[in-house]
Amino acid sequence: MKFGVIRFPGSCDEVDAQLAAARVGEAVLLWHADLDLQGVDAVIVPGGFSYGDYLRVGAIARFAPIMGPVTEFAREGGLVLGICNGFQVLCEAGLLPGALLPNVGLRFVCRQVGVEVLDAETPFTRACAAGDVLSIPVKHTTGRYHPPPGFDPALAVLRYAPGENPNGSEHDIAGVRNEEGNVLGLMPHPEHAVDERTGSADGLALFASMALTYPYPSAVGGHGYA
Amino acid sequence: MRARVLIRPKAGILDPQGIAVERALPALGFEGVANVHVGRLVELDVEDPSQLDAMCRRLLANPLIEDYEIQA
Repeated sequence: MKFGVIRFPGSCDEVDAQLAAARVGEAVLLWHADLDLQGVDAVIVPGGFSYGDYLRVGAIARFAPIMGPVTEFAREGGLVLGICNGFQVLCEAGLLPGALLPNVGLRFVCRQVGVEVLDAETPFTRACAAGDVLSIPVKHTTGRYHPPPGFDPALAVLRYAPGENPNGSEHDIAGVRNEEGNVLGLMPHPEHAVDERTGSADGLALFASMALTYPYPSAVGGHGYA
Repeated sequence: MRARVLIRPKAGILDPQGIAVERALPALGFEGVANVHVGRLVELDVEDPSQLDAMCRRLLANPLIEDYEIQA
């Protein structure tokens, strides 16, 4: 299993994501201006402040050269995980439904939260059980998830545990997938929770799930996740 | 030509910045203020103003969460 983690100007969590992925497979960095995905089996769009978050979070990054091949990769069924700013980028790119708005409290929030797994059948949560509550940190200013009109609630894969919604996300949504199930975005940072020595290793479950599902059926011509 | 694009939070979407400003003004003695919304202004020189709408939809605004108004 080979992960590729994109580095944009202004990314800051790409190395942690690479180190987390390297615990379950091989992991390389992909440069935003490149067009080559280096044959990776999964793409991670990491956290940070891509292109300074100018104009609107994720608005500029979605037009980065590498997003062309990433979009094609996603359309072919390849696994794409967007974390925090990566989630914002994937929403702006139209690979995930909805958008992220400024936190209701208007403040940067940095704390450990409980994240409940609603759907443990996705390629990103397969190592979990439905109802599991993962202890994972959030750190963001623009994390209030706003679903599009007619949003299918089944696309909400993760939600903040009761009373722990840090940003005012509608329906406490912490992470959503696309209809096909091969793209997931979430505001919490699983890559910062992969070692008990830093408080929690619960985030590792997402990376382990991705490695579990490799080789991913639809990446070789199947259709969506089972 | 010089154009301006005004971008605001879409009606019906909670606008915490607007609420914060609306609450701050009476504290300074400014009464009778309501429906405050905070957005952004983009000023630009364009050769072909007919492209402004497409620019707004593709980049300057996110139509899911924002309304835009072109002043050209």
